[in-house]
Amino acid sequence: MAAFTFDQTAQKSSGRKTRGLFSNILFYIGIVVLICLVVGPFIWMFISSISPQVELSATPPHWWPQNPTLFRYRALFDKAVGANIPAGVDKFLKGLTNSLIVSTLTTLVCVVTGTMAAYVLARMNIPGKNKFMLGILSSQMLPVVVIIIPLYLMMQKMDMMDSLRGLVLLYTGFMLPTVIWIMHSYFLTLPHELEEAAMVDGCTRFEAFLKVIVPLSGPGLVAVSAFAFLSSWNEFFMALIFTGANTKTITVTVTEFSSQFGVDYGLMATGGVIGSIPPLVLAFLLQKYIVAGLTAGSVKG
Amino acid sequence: MSILTRKSKRERENTLFIILMLLPAGVIMAIVTVYPLIRSFIISLLQWDLKKPELAHAFIGLKNYQYVLSDPSFWQSAKVTLLFVIGSVSINIILAIMIALMLNREFFGRNLVRMLALLPWAIPSVVNGIMWKWILNPSYGALNGLLFQLGIIDKYIVWLGTPAGALILGILADVWKEMPFIMLLILAALQTIPKDLYEAATVDGANSFKSFWHITLPLIKPTLFVALTLRTIWALKSFDLLYTLTSGGPSGGTTVIGYYTYLKTFISLNLGRGSAVAYLMTAVVAVLVILYQRALNKEVRY
Repeated sequence: MAAFTFDQTAQKSSGRKTRGLFSNILFYIGIVVLICLVVGPFIWMFISSISPQVELSATPPHWWPQNPTLFRYRALFDKAVGANIPAGVDKFLKGLTNSLIVSTLTTLVCVVTGTMAAYVLARMNIPGKNKFMLGILSSQMLPVVVIIIPLYLMMQKMDMMDSLRGLVLLYTGFMLPTVIWIMHSYFLTLPHELEEAAMVDGCTRFEAFLKVIVPLSGPGLVAVSAFAFLSSWNEFFMALIFTGANTKTITVTVTEFSSQFGVDYGLMATGGVIGSIPPLVLAFLLQKYIVAGLTAGSVKG
Repeated sequence: MSILTRKSKRERENTLFIILMLLPAGVIMAIVTVYPLIRSFIISLLQWDLKKPELAHAFIGLKNYQYVLSDPSFWQSAKVTLLFVIGSVSINIILAIMIALMLNREFFGRNLVRMLALLPWAIPSVVNGIMWKWILNPSYGALNGLLFQLGIIDKYIVWLGTPAGALILGILADVWKEMPFIMLLILAALQTIPKDLYEAATVDGANSFKSFWHITLPLIKPTLFVALTLRTIWALKSFDLLYTLTSGGPSGGTTVIGYYTYLKTFISLNLGRGSAVAYLMTAVVAVLVILYQRALNKEVRY
């Protein structure tokens, strides 16, 4: 397993310092092309979202709209403005709220239960522990579609179809292995002496865990929380199958713009931009933790 | 109280502590993944067709598997999946290595580039699909507009109109989303290689290709292998992108195995056959997981 290092900037770079001006110029041209390729498509989606309908169907395309408009953004958030654009737009806000609730609850449950399990797996002598960790690692790879039928039957039986708590249960189950794996490798980097000292001072093991280890686990907790939130926010397959009129999440809502309204790409683009903002903000703010944590876990949702 | 009983009391407490700490996560995972995985196998042995409730789930052995394996649309989907996985994974890894090598130096704006590389990874896959569907739109899409203005094409192209075209562009959209993150993984591995190794090699007269071949590649091999197997499994799982970009079409050209299972189950409503496909997929994933674990073990040693 890769070392759990957060300070990447301190690591040595193998680049040579002395380079010709020409190769430097070439290098920066390469960087600019790269940035354009990575960011360009998303920027274009944003530009489309603020272009009036007429300009969207212009040939050649208007790379920047002559009359930029925030009409669609206002329409998606304010029903009064949305009165003259297609029905179903009012579901957008509901979708955002649902996603926010489900992602927050999933993150909470995942991080609390996962951290507890990861701690004992990292610290205590448990027979068959290695096999268990191997099982955890493998279950990260399990495609949802493989068990979707039993899940469907189960959700029906437990009366959890079209319910947010059902979705939280499923997401938690699928994200726990990753959370446990990352926290496990994080706990392994903390010295044993920490809790031992606390226990000599009269703490129980649980108190030592809660008062000594958890406060020291900031970077690991940030990484797994970001992972859990981002994965729940972006999840689509289970949301498509298990949500109904009241519980559709943002990913499902956005795809319905495409089917219901046929060619309303402007609205789809707007929904796509808004739906991407929470994960993007999270990824950019917590960049260091995410890359380090996921390198340690070598996983993704 | 004797030492012996005090010790066993402490052991009992420890056991209780372990059980209580593992219980919540264990129960959730048992309900959501372990039990359904077993049940899925059992269902794959039953005749369970929601459109024919009178058949009452009779046990039919491996008949579902037989049916699936003799279904041409299954093999068509297996072929599409294979092409998608090979195309996406190889382009992903090769591009990721090249770009990581290029970025592995100090330069102005390095942190910005690192941050932007997370953009495609962070946005939802369905948004990725919608975005590319709009860019590739035959009448108003940006790609046609751009290529036409640059004089590269002289008439607009229906990019997603043929099975092969749709598959290739599906692969490219997948690469756009997944490659930058793999690049960051490889970049992180590159940065752990000590600089003096290269200096020593240069002193010994090695050119940059030789340095790459004899120093860089062997040292990042474990990471590459992890990236390779992980990417393969992710590609095998992909559903969201193709659901929004092509809906599996045209004429099944992008119906990867995950999509095929979805159609069999939720459109044809045949749970037995759906489960059989799912289990065949599990077998493939299991092989990949074993390869992945071997790669990880190697990385521990290195």
